[in-house]
Parts: sequence; C-alpha cells; structure tokens
Amino acid sequence: MATPLIQISGLEKSFSTNESWLGQWCFRQGKLARHKDSVHALNGVNLTINQGETLCVVGETGCGKSTLARAIMGLTQPTAGEIHYLDQRIDQLNDRQRMFFRRRMQMVFQNPYASLNPRMTVYQTLSEPIAFHQPQLSRIEIDEKIETLLASVGISASSSDSYPHEFSGGQRQRISLARALSVEPDFIVADEPLSALDVSVQAQVLNLMIDKQAERNLSYLFITHDLAVVEHFATRVAVMYLGRVCELAPTKELFSSPKHPYTRALLSAIPRLDSTTAQPIRLIGEVPTPIEKPIGCVFQARCPHANQRCYEELPKMLLQSDSSSVACHAIEEGRI
Amino acid sequence: MNLLSVSNLNVNFKMKKQELAALIDVSFTLNRGERIAIVGESGAGKSILGFSIVNLISKPGYIKSGSIKLENKELTKMNLRQLQEIRGKRIAMIFQDPMMTLNPVLTIGDQLVETIRSHTKITYKDARNIAIEKLHNVQIASPETRFDQYPHELSGGMRQRVIIASVLLLNPDIIIADEPTTALDVTIQAEILQLLLAICRDNGVALVLISHDLGVVSKVAERTLVMYAGHIVEEGPTLEIINDPQHPYTQGLLNALPQMTLPGQRLNQIQGSMPSLTERPTGCAFHPRCPYATEKCQQEQPSFIHSGVSSVACFLVEDMVNDFANQDEEDR
Repeated sequence: MATPLIQISGLEKSFSTNESWLGQWCFRQGKLARHKDSVHALNGVNLTINQGETLCVVGETGCGKSTLARAIMGLTQPTAGEIHYLDQRIDQLNDRQRMFFRRRMQMVFQNPYASLNPRMTVYQTLSEPIAFHQPQLSRIEIDEKIETLLASVGISASSSDSYPHEFSGGQRQRISLARALSVEPDFIVADEPLSALDVSVQAQVLNLMIDKQAERNLSYLFITHDLAVVEHFATRVAVMYLGRVCELAPTKELFSSPKHPYTRALLSAIPRLDSTTAQPIRLIGEVPTPIEKPIGCVFQARCPHANQRCYEELPKMLLQSDSSSVACHAIEEGRI
Repeated sequence: MNLLSVSNLNVNFKMKKQELAALIDVSFTLNRGERIAIVGESGAGKSILGFSIVNLISKPGYIKSGSIKLENKELTKMNLRQLQEIRGKRIAMIFQDPMMTLNPVLTIGDQLVETIRSHTKITYKDARNIAIEKLHNVQIASPETRFDQYPHELSGGMRQRVIIASVLLLNPDIIIADEPTTALDVTIQAEILQLLLAICRDNGVALVLISHDLGVVSKVAERTLVMYAGHIVEEGPTLEIINDPQHPYTQGLLNALPQMTLPGQRLNQIQGSMPSLTERPTGCAFHPRCPYATEKCQQEQPSFIHSGVSSVACFLVEDMVNDFANQDEEDR
C-alpha cells in the first residue's frame, strides 16, 4: 500500500483555561494554592489521509474537530503526538521550514465573511500567495494564472478588482477556494466551508470542490456537522467525540451499519425528508466539557450500554470485519 | 373560523433614497392547533414575516398595508398597550439564539416569574410554583435548583428548554419559533424538536415554525409555506411539497439537497443566488434563476393558483392547470 499523504499519531492538544500567572492562584481550605485547569481538546487522535481521498470528520460542538484541523495546518502547536506529511514530520517545524509545506497544504475557513481581507481586492487576495510562493513568476504570468483560477471557480475575470463585500456568501467561499488552489496544493483542509451558506449555494460550492478533486487529485480533510453532506462527499468518515475518534469507516459502511453507540445516535438524529425513519435514539444529557481528562471511554456518561469496564479502561480502535474500526468495549465484548 | 389570518401583507423598509419591499402580498391562515412551517433561504423574508405577526418590526421597517387578524381582532391597528396584551399571552415567540434571549444578569427563575407577574396578578410564591411546573414539563432535571441558576450555567440545549418553558407560562394559542434549533447540535436538535412537537400536540397550541432546513420541517409541520424574495411561492401540505414540489424554486431547493443525488455525483445546483432587497427583479422574482423562465415571467408577477392540494405562484404551473381544464372540457 502506498504511503498515506498525512499520518497523524497520538495527537494531543490541551489549552490552559487560566492562562495568566495571577489567575492560577486560588484559596483552598483557607490556604493559597496554585492550580491550573486545562481543556483537553484532542486526546490521542490517530488518523491517516490517503492521496485523492476525502476524509470527513464529524462530531458535535466542542469535540475537537477544528483543533484537529488547525493542528494539522500548524496553526496551533500540539501538546503531544506526531504529524507526518508523506515521510516527513511536520508538527515541530519552525515557520521557515514550514513554508514548503504551506504550499502543499491549504485551508478553507468556515466564514467567508471573515476569512477574506475586506481591504484587498480579489486580485490582491489571489496574487499575494502566488507571488510569495513562486517569486520567479512574472507579472504577466501571475495575471494569466489568476484569470484561469477565477474562471475555474466560476467568477468572471472582470470582477477581479472588486472587494469582498461586493460578493455574495457563495461567491466569497468560491474566492476562498480559489485562494487555496492558487498555490497548487495537494491537500486542502476545509473547516465547515458550507455552514454559513444557503442550501442552493451549498450545492454550488460542493460541486466545485468535487470538480477540483477530480481535476487535480486533491485530498480533502473536510470538517462538518452536516451528515447529509458527509454521506454524499466523503470517502471515509471519522466520528469524533470529546477529542477522540470513536469510529472510522468507509462512508457506505458507516451509514448502512453504524457500530459505535454514539454514531448510531448521531445518525438517527438527522432530520430526514422521508417520514418513515424511526424515532431518534435519545442520548441522556449533553456533551460534557473536556476539562477533566476522562478515565475510561469518553462516551461513558451518555452511553446506554456502558458497564464497569467502560468507566475504567480506555477502549482501543479495533478493526471490524467490514474494514471499519471502532473504539468500544461493548462491541469488542459482543454486547451490542 | 381561522385562529390567525394574514392577508395581503406588505412590509416595507423606508430608506433615505428609496422604499424597499421586504414582504409583498403575503397571505396565509392558521387554524387552532395547526402546525405550519415557513421555509426559505436567508433573505427570503421569513423572519420578517414572523416578526410582523406580533408587530415587532422596528424602524425603518413598517407594515405598509394588509391585515393580520387574530380571531376577529386586527393586530396592525393596535397600540403598544393592546399589543403587549397579545404578545406572550396569545402569541409567543421563540428566537434562534437562546443566549441572546435570556437576560444574562437575572436568574432563570426571576425571568420566568417576571413573565407571569407582568401579565397576571399573582403572588411570587404561586408564580414560582407555576414556573417550576413548566420547567418540569420541558424535562429539565431538578427544576428547583435550576430555578436559581443563571443562563451561563446552562448548556445550549438546556437554555432553549428554558425558553420553551417561558413561552408556555401563559398558555398561548400560537407559538412562533424562528429557527429554534439552528444554534444546536443534531442530537440536541432532535430532542428539542420532539419536545416542541409534544407540547403543541398536548396543549393544542398552534405552531409557526420558521426554518431553512427542510428535514426539520418535514418532522414537525403539517403545512408548509415556501418563500422566495418576499413572496410566498408555494403553499401546501408538507408531504405534498416534499414529494411533489411544483414551483421550480421548491424543486430546485429539494434537488440541491445532497441526499437527492448518488454519492460522489455532482449535486443539482440552482444557478445564482437570492436577490438582495435593492435589486429585486421585475415580474416573477425567481425568473433570473429559473430554468423554465419565459418572457412573460420577466414582466408579470404570477398570481396564486390552486393546483391539486397546493397553491403555487408560477406561470408554468398555471398554464399546465389551464391545459388540463381545457382538455377536460373538450373531453366532455
């Protein structure tokens, strides 16, 4: 098997909630004590992304999806673990060393209203990364490049001197995608690129992403909470809960036979158009805050199948017969 | 008799240079205990419609013409005092973001009690009992302790439950819910929708659900109104709209959903985007994006016609219906 494009192993990231030195002091039983709280956003994530595939990461608010994306892009320094691009380790590089990889990996952000500089025209937005990463290109070559780029994302070249506020949300997101594509990357991280857009416009952006993938053999890490998009677009799906991946499976297998109790509940909760679907599986309670590092399975508090072992021992990702892998004691023991 | 009837409602925004029309000739009715949904993309005017029912449109917006009748009381002609009698007591509203709706510096309990006491003469103790009972009804665990907590101590789903409880306090006839689950996660969304549905069913409350998510709408509403650029373009039973949409916009909206195409295939997109208030096209507002548009669509505004169990505003459907009618006569 070919080497995966991106390999992530044991990735951890925690954020301190009381950053300042003064904020760390508090009174405990009448004595002044120093105390640090931290939020464990990622708790040992293992993932691989192969060339030309779309890996979708799904999960609820606060499960660490976006932190994962930022850690891969080097926008945040992971606390522990390794990230490899082909065979090179990229998580401990300095800015200079990272430059080469910045050209190979690009990111599309959630809110197209915030991720484009309002004081730069479309031309400036697109020419800056090209001129920075390929300084040998002449002005004319850059112009040509921008023209083809804009045409390929369906924005007329005549509007290259317009500012972002002159475009609609869908157009802006297409410009963001053009900016990401301008340095010809082979890997794009898209953090909820559709959630700020309307249904009819979502389809336009998603189509564009599918086209570009076919054209350039791009790989995507696609973060979303919209499971209908996932079912349509993903090659494989990783379901995250409280900073851990609890199920990783090819899309078809995940949607036809979800295994992890959380995945089952998540899939049953999607409001679908056909009225025949069964009642959603109710989960008791809400996603707990990841401040305390949980002992045992992260899903224990809301799981209907939890037993003593789930409270004490962390479940391992185990490969199932249909090439999906699940981290759940109940499945391992054959209880569900 | 209809509980609520809105007829030919026009809402305009008065700007310095021009008047912008946000709602154009909107008419619909709502029966006692009925659940309807208003669907559309952002900018369609669905929230404006929800707000204008209780006359919550603030300047520069105003109701230009049309009537909104609650039983036989005309809401557009009421003064502030009369409106306050209606708001909350007869027609209650749930907004999108529960954190913005609750006052962050008052406890949950204070806000609930205040709501009851501003409408009815009742002692604090009785009001507290009612509030706790309603919190219990919306399935909040240990309502007595929650009563004394502040909004920031509750999670998003819990806050939306508190809002639903506060809406129920005065036993309204109509609940208008403006995107009540958009800010919530899917698993929580499913719970809140079930709760809302159960509450409307049990108490015979009519519901106006404003949403952009057709999946959510199909779970809750009996009847659906589809809005586009300030107009209602299609109205009918929810199942009918989803299984047999007639207006090209409704068709496009449904076809654009990822589940309508095979995985990996290109989605069916609608070209272009919703026109903004300042650049509304002449004739049928949808014609620049419509694959079937003719010259007539560019010039005239189609009127609402009945087609089967739904009503549609589209020349294409109108022609089809007329053709069928003519054919019937010939056959006779």
